[in-house]
Amino acid sequence: MSDTASQTLLSAKNITKRFGGLAAVNDVSVDLWRGKIHAVIGTNGAGKSTLTNLLSGDLQPTSGSVTMGGKDVTGWKPENISRTGLGRSYQKTNIFLPLTVRENVRLAAQSRTPNAHRWLKLAASVAEVNERANRALEQSGLQDRQHVVAGATSHGEQRQLEIAMALATDPQVLLLDEPLAGMGVAEAERMIQLLLALKKDHAMMLVEHDMDAVFTLADHLTVMVNGQTIASGLPADVRADPQVQLAYLGEDH
Amino acid sequence: MSTAKANLEILPRSVQVALGLCLAALLVFPFVGTEFYTQMVTRMMILAIFAMSLDLLQGVTGLVSLGHAAYFGLAGYALAFLTPQDAAVSLWWTLPLAVLASALAALVIGFFVVRTHGIYFIMVTMAFAQMVFYLFFDNKVLGGSDGLYINFKPNAGLFDLDNKQVFYFFTLACLVAVYAFLRKLLWSPFGRALSGIRINEHRMRAMGFGVFNYKLAAFTLAGALAGLAGYLWGAIGGFVNPELMGFHMSAHAIMMVILGGMGNFAGAIVGAFAFEYLLHLFKDLPKIGAYDIGKHWQLTMGTFIVLVVVFAPRGLLGLAEKLFAKKEKNSE
Repeated sequence: MSDTASQTLLSAKNITKRFGGLAAVNDVSVDLWRGKIHAVIGTNGAGKSTLTNLLSGDLQPTSGSVTMGGKDVTGWKPENISRTGLGRSYQKTNIFLPLTVRENVRLAAQSRTPNAHRWLKLAASVAEVNERANRALEQSGLQDRQHVVAGATSHGEQRQLEIAMALATDPQVLLLDEPLAGMGVAEAERMIQLLLALKKDHAMMLVEHDMDAVFTLADHLTVMVNGQTIASGLPADVRADPQVQLAYLGEDH
Repeated sequence: MSTAKANLEILPRSVQVALGLCLAALLVFPFVGTEFYTQMVTRMMILAIFAMSLDLLQGVTGLVSLGHAAYFGLAGYALAFLTPQDAAVSLWWTLPLAVLASALAALVIGFFVVRTHGIYFIMVTMAFAQMVFYLFFDNKVLGGSDGLYINFKPNAGLFDLDNKQVFYFFTLACLVAVYAFLRKLLWSPFGRALSGIRINEHRMRAMGFGVFNYKLAAFTLAGALAGLAGYLWGAIGGFVNPELMGFHMSAHAIMMVILGGMGNFAGAIVGAFAFEYLLHLFKDLPKIGAYDIGKHWQLTMGTFIVLVVVFAPRGLLGLAEKLFAKKEKNSE
């Protein structure tokens, strides 16, 4: 096995998802490598979120295969795929609004601890879970806000919480669906720094609209149009591709 | 901010004190109340256990079961089958066996129903309960529509359940034990996961929780605790019939939990007592002209529940908490 191949943590081959006659994702292949950020860009409706949902098991592909760490996970339920070491965030913030920030993260961390379904132990006192939750809170910069109810935090903090919850499950692979959406400049900058810091230990897929962020972060870039990949490669090469410029980036890029 | 799925899980101090006073009142009641009322309060406590068991599903996990009475009734029937015509049986093996029977039924039925969501869950739990109901209703061997008599109260050895005060305190002990257990469970990793499933099941799955197992465990446990209540109900009345498993019984439990306030078990107790008390109150209302208010108590009760849901969506306990909180604020 070559060096690159050994670092491939997630690999999707020729996956297609049809909704009736519409192919939302059509014959797309994606690889995610440890230590690299693979950005996926495309116009609205290009199939980026569908692709994310296919990789995480939220949707089942019509055809094609997905492997995690060499194991075929095609058609697996999201909870089982998650346990192979995949964490994800959602385009539309998807957290536990009535719970505190800490409880959100603690719950995520709990999912990885066997015996966590013991009935008479106090959940907040499971040391291993607390440790993992603390680490995720610290990494995402939310430790000062941990006792605030999630529903009362700012939009940017909720996006950070999304990442913190994914991190608390100790993932190898991170799928991030527009983590910068709706963020202010300062918040976005902080998030970019966070993603750069996380890159070392994770294989990441980043779906993002913010082109500056994409070109700052991405090691590999895939462009989707109408459910299909029109270009995939090093960001500089993809940027120079005339087809991409025509279809997506526009003349000013 | 959405707090629609927020429960009153942490009981404020004022409510805790009020609950402590209620417990004290329950402890002295048999010494001041008549035998009739002692037995009535015993029945209220049994229904409170039943309501708490449903709250684990409805309030904590967010699963509204319209067939919870099936597990209540089954344990009562188990006692009836285990008790011979002419002798008492030991409490110490019939109670666990009856609870186990209910748990087993809940496990088997739960295996099918917890796969469904929302309105389908409600319909399927009801359908299964109706099946159990008609199984007993239509089978002479199982007692048929008339039900079965339990001629002797279970024999506890150490204490005499034929004594109404003793039965009262045994039930009170069960009530306190179940409440303490469920409160502990609520804050355990298992309880936190159930609560997470209620708030956002989709995200729980994405984080790797096998929600099916959690929901099935909750359904089974709720069935077992309903069985404890059903056993006591059969024992105190000396009689079981299919009505115990019927739709009305399930619906009453739901109303008790809503009336008291969901998701903290204390509300279920308050709701059970309030519901039963109001039931007697409304049934005793006089005739006005040709209209017999007491006979149509369901109308009065329905109106009352609607008013509670509209004006105190978190139930009587939520209302009490709000009033106490206001008072504390004013006195500051």
